[in-house]
Amino acid sequence: MTVITDTALQAAPVTKARGYWATVGRRISRDKVSMACAVILLLILLAAIFAPYLGLADPYQGSMIRRLRAIGTPNYPLGTDELGRDMLARLIYGGRLSLLIGILPVILAFIIGTSLGLVAGYVGGKLNTAIMRTIDVFYAFPSVLLAIAISGALGAGIVNSIVSLTIVFVPQITRVAESVTTGVRNMDYVEAARASGADTFTIMRVHMLGNVLGSIFVYATGLISVSMILAAGLSFLGLGTKPPEPEWGLMLNTLRTAIYVNPWVAALPGVMIFAVSICFNLLSDGMRSAMDIRN
Amino acid sequence: MFSYVARRVVYAIPIILSVALVCFLLVHITPGDPLVAVLPADASQELAQQLRVAYGFDKPLPVQFGLWVWRALHGDLGSSIATGRPVLAEVLNAVRNTVMLAVFAAAIGFTLGLFFGLIAGYFRDTWVDKVATSIAIAGVSVPHYWLGMVLVIIFSVQLNWLPAVGAGSGGSAAWAWDWEHMKYLILPAVTTSVIPMGIVTRTVRALTGDILSQDFVEALRAKGLQEFKVFRHVIKNAAPTALAVMGLQLGYMLGGSILIETVFSWPGSGLLLNSAIFQRDLPLLQGTILVLALFFVFLNLLVDIAQASIDPRIKRA
Repeated sequence: MTVITDTALQAAPVTKARGYWATVGRRISRDKVSMACAVILLLILLAAIFAPYLGLADPYQGSMIRRLRAIGTPNYPLGTDELGRDMLARLIYGGRLSLLIGILPVILAFIIGTSLGLVAGYVGGKLNTAIMRTIDVFYAFPSVLLAIAISGALGAGIVNSIVSLTIVFVPQITRVAESVTTGVRNMDYVEAARASGADTFTIMRVHMLGNVLGSIFVYATGLISVSMILAAGLSFLGLGTKPPEPEWGLMLNTLRTAIYVNPWVAALPGVMIFAVSICFNLLSDGMRSAMDIRN
Repeated sequence: MFSYVARRVVYAIPIILSVALVCFLLVHITPGDPLVAVLPADASQELAQQLRVAYGFDKPLPVQFGLWVWRALHGDLGSSIATGRPVLAEVLNAVRNTVMLAVFAAAIGFTLGLFFGLIAGYFRDTWVDKVATSIAIAGVSVPHYWLGMVLVIIFSVQLNWLPAVGAGSGGSAAWAWDWEHMKYLILPAVTTSVIPMGIVTRTVRALTGDILSQDFVEALRAKGLQEFKVFRHVIKNAAPTALAVMGLQLGYMLGGSILIETVFSWPGSGLLLNSAIFQRDLPLLQGTILVLALFFVFLNLLVDIAQASIDPRIKRA
């Protein structure tokens, strides 16, 4: 006869069932690459937000006598640009606009695209056909061409560049959202919820949203990398930000003439775009594999 | 097979019409008078009215759209406001240069992408995989216009090996397939190739990994098939999807060349688009976007058909 004693019970390891998102969070926090990327992005973001308190030089104040100083010049650790403005200050301040015009379109497209995709996927039928066929039209354009065509038609400016990039990303997110939603819609638990009398809105909010948002979110994070490159690219072409605003794409454009004088200073803004873009890509990859719990 | 092709072609028609509509509307959401580029600031009302009639801007929008499509079907995309030359001729001339660039870039990008993708997928989780994956992720994350600048800095400014901009003396009209001209193509092509290289690597790596973990591979190995013959099965199974991705990438290179062509002043459709935007040359802008988008639709159609014809798993009925 065996009796489980109190001590044996207490000695048994306490295994508390962890929820899905807690598991995902734990997995990603153990991924060194993802964490390093998150830290770099956070640093760039915080530096951009708190730029005025970092004791930097005035990013707008130029001087004709100290133009295009090399990297490592005393007082100008990263040199000066073609108008003699401090590069370090402009790169840090540049994060404000660059991150805004790069990230905001994806956030807007995430909201619009997820809503469209959820409705199309859940309601189905004619509404689905109407939404998805309209989306198909935008797929007939390469995304760079579409962004530039809309920006070019609307004219240069920050708002126009955000609008055009949002239009580029909405179809992509809608397509992902629609296919995930269609998949979840036919799950037994959605059927069960409907059978037990839940109304459409409740099912959408409780059962659909919770199960589709994760995949769409990861997809959207990957898009930020593309968006950063395109947004800076529009400014680089002269279709986004206007001088003298510090913005990485525009800085790259105005410094192009300096590549024969001080090439490495001219290349600096691109390093920032590259860093942000690669970090978002790696972070998105990390999240995707963290969410794939079966492995 | 024939009915499949016919269905795809029929399905492309509404897409083509919608594309035309989007191109048309793009120009009409443009703020300001479309004649602003040609009219002198002190032009009289009568002159403005005459030009408006000449370009057809006085008619209602649906009529303008109908007329535009009708003329486009007959190969007439109007004439450039800035130069007065026919839009279609200008666009096709520029597209030829972009195709040249895209094909070269595709040759570089696809070869490297397939190679890196296959070895990364095959030697999964080894250092080979890590190196290939890192190159791929750098390829898809790099702002390519900046990479172009950096290549110019290294190979043109510092080493003085390759020309920085243009397509050789005499422009694109005097192009010849010799080293004197080809060297102008190298930097733009390499720059264009990094994104497709990265994307093809990532796609092929994932495909290879998936296929290798399937049961039939186990069976092939169990029956004693040599490893390189197993590999042949992997390639056969990965081909349709890889082909589709490469087709799409070729389309992106053709349509998205504006940034790189601007960096290198390469006389292609991207550079033409750039000047159309900044000179507010609306017929040229409209025509260039239309031709590029139609190219893309056509390429997608070809890819679909090619994929269906080589992959027996796709239902063709």
